[in-house]
Amino acid sequence: MSTAVEPGLGEIFREETGRVTASLTRRFGNFELAEDCTQEAFVEALRSWPLQGIPIRPGAWLQRVAERRALDRLRRDQRFAAKVGGLPFPSPGGGDDRLQLMFTCCHPALSREAQVALTLRVVAGLTTAQIASAFLVPEATVAQRITRAKRKIVSAGIPFRMPAPADLEARLAEVLAVLYLMFNEGYLASRWEISQDRSLAEDATWLVGLTAQVLPSQAEVLGLLALFKFQLARVEARFSSAGSLVLLADQDRSRWDQAAIREATELLDRAAALERPGPYQLQAAIASCHALAASWATTDWPILVRLYDRLQAMQPSPVIRLNRAVALWHVAGAEVALHEADALVPELERYHLLHSTRAELLQELGRDDDARSAWEKALTLTLNPAERQHIRLRGGLSGH
Amino acid sequence: MKYMLMFVEDNDPGERPMTDVMKDVDTWWGKYSQSGAIVGGERLQPAAHATTVRLGGSTPTVVDGPFAETKESIGGFAIVQVPDLDAALAMAKSWPASSSVEIRPIWED
Repeated sequence: MSTAVEPGLGEIFREETGRVTASLTRRFGNFELAEDCTQEAFVEALRSWPLQGIPIRPGAWLQRVAERRALDRLRRDQRFAAKVGGLPFPSPGGGDDRLQLMFTCCHPALSREAQVALTLRVVAGLTTAQIASAFLVPEATVAQRITRAKRKIVSAGIPFRMPAPADLEARLAEVLAVLYLMFNEGYLASRWEISQDRSLAEDATWLVGLTAQVLPSQAEVLGLLALFKFQLARVEARFSSAGSLVLLADQDRSRWDQAAIREATELLDRAAALERPGPYQLQAAIASCHALAASWATTDWPILVRLYDRLQAMQPSPVIRLNRAVALWHVAGAEVALHEADALVPELERYHLLHSTRAELLQELGRDDDARSAWEKALTLTLNPAERQHIRLRGGLSGH
Repeated sequence: MKYMLMFVEDNDPGERPMTDVMKDVDTWWGKYSQSGAIVGGERLQPAAHATTVRLGGSTPTVVDGPFAETKESIGGFAIVQVPDLDAALAMAKSWPASSSVEIRPIWED
């Protein structure tokens, strides 16, 4: 199947895939059947729409074709039909079906890779080929992950419904973790430069937006949505015309999307009003601190240090301590920050950003030789071309 | 859906007195038997008492011990009939003894 879809079709697929799959799962009580037939309907759309034009109600068209396929298949396989008939799928509890679909796809009984691939395909309507190219893995691998996961959903009895109230928060955390990973994969990759009609970061934002519509009073959902919007607001300024990564400190802030920043700020305010703080809201607050600062120099560093402290208390991680060290640099100086960063070497030995941070600090302290070896170390630890380019430029290393 | 919950035991005895653990197990078993979720199950004797018959050679061979030498072994099982995996997970999460619980769907035709 071709990965390039007309822009209009891409949007229709994203909007309708989850709806059609959810509705078929509900009607026939079988997720695998629903997913297969939805895919078949999309393949048929790809074949016939370019010739006949996009139907006036594309969703209804897809729904009809997918349902017909499912009925055909059930008629062919009576034994299967009998089995499917016996599966319990409770009636809708209101809200958008697609969120229930997300809970099914992000069930903790599935591996993280399967959760991500399945959510992208079943809820966001990406093709297997698109998922494979986004994660730089062979298409056959993605296809196999999806097939296995679908089979497990059916044979292990993973339900298609909202989790029980007692489990909602934990299960929601699982969904948000999948979306967070999806976003970062799309955001960190320099593939913004490569023209692509779909970006993982935008799909993840769309999915968390969908979640926020159904669960508007879950503070962490709003927090995550705010975080994504803050990040996306800076997208244009993140890469130089040569494709090299531009650090926050050096970005042209006039290129930041002010409307997106306002939207993100409102979301974060709404989240804060719910008085249920959490790590995503804190990360969004950190992003907002940067987004609202007129310049790198006038950033409110003391507040950032405090936000990192709170985040660290909630979700201890050496990466957060590294970020805190960077904020501390501007509050207490390079010597203090370097001391903190050095303490993280055992834990973050394989993390390129630790070494590039140490390099920056050593450079400021005039320890040029140490700085150079830290840059060299950083370069050996990342394969991302934009990051490698950045390290070479900052460290004055030759390109090889 | 029908599942088998396999209660995996660490071969090292835990810190809690066995009598306390057994009492909690009885409570758990009673609760889910009454609700109709448990349709069968047994507690097994230690893996040290196991005998394995190896097939596939020219003649079956009988060996002392379990089929796999591991630190953990199955200490018991329950057959449960519940609506879906989430219900089975809720049961497994509240199991008061042993180190892990494996949940396997049972073939049903």
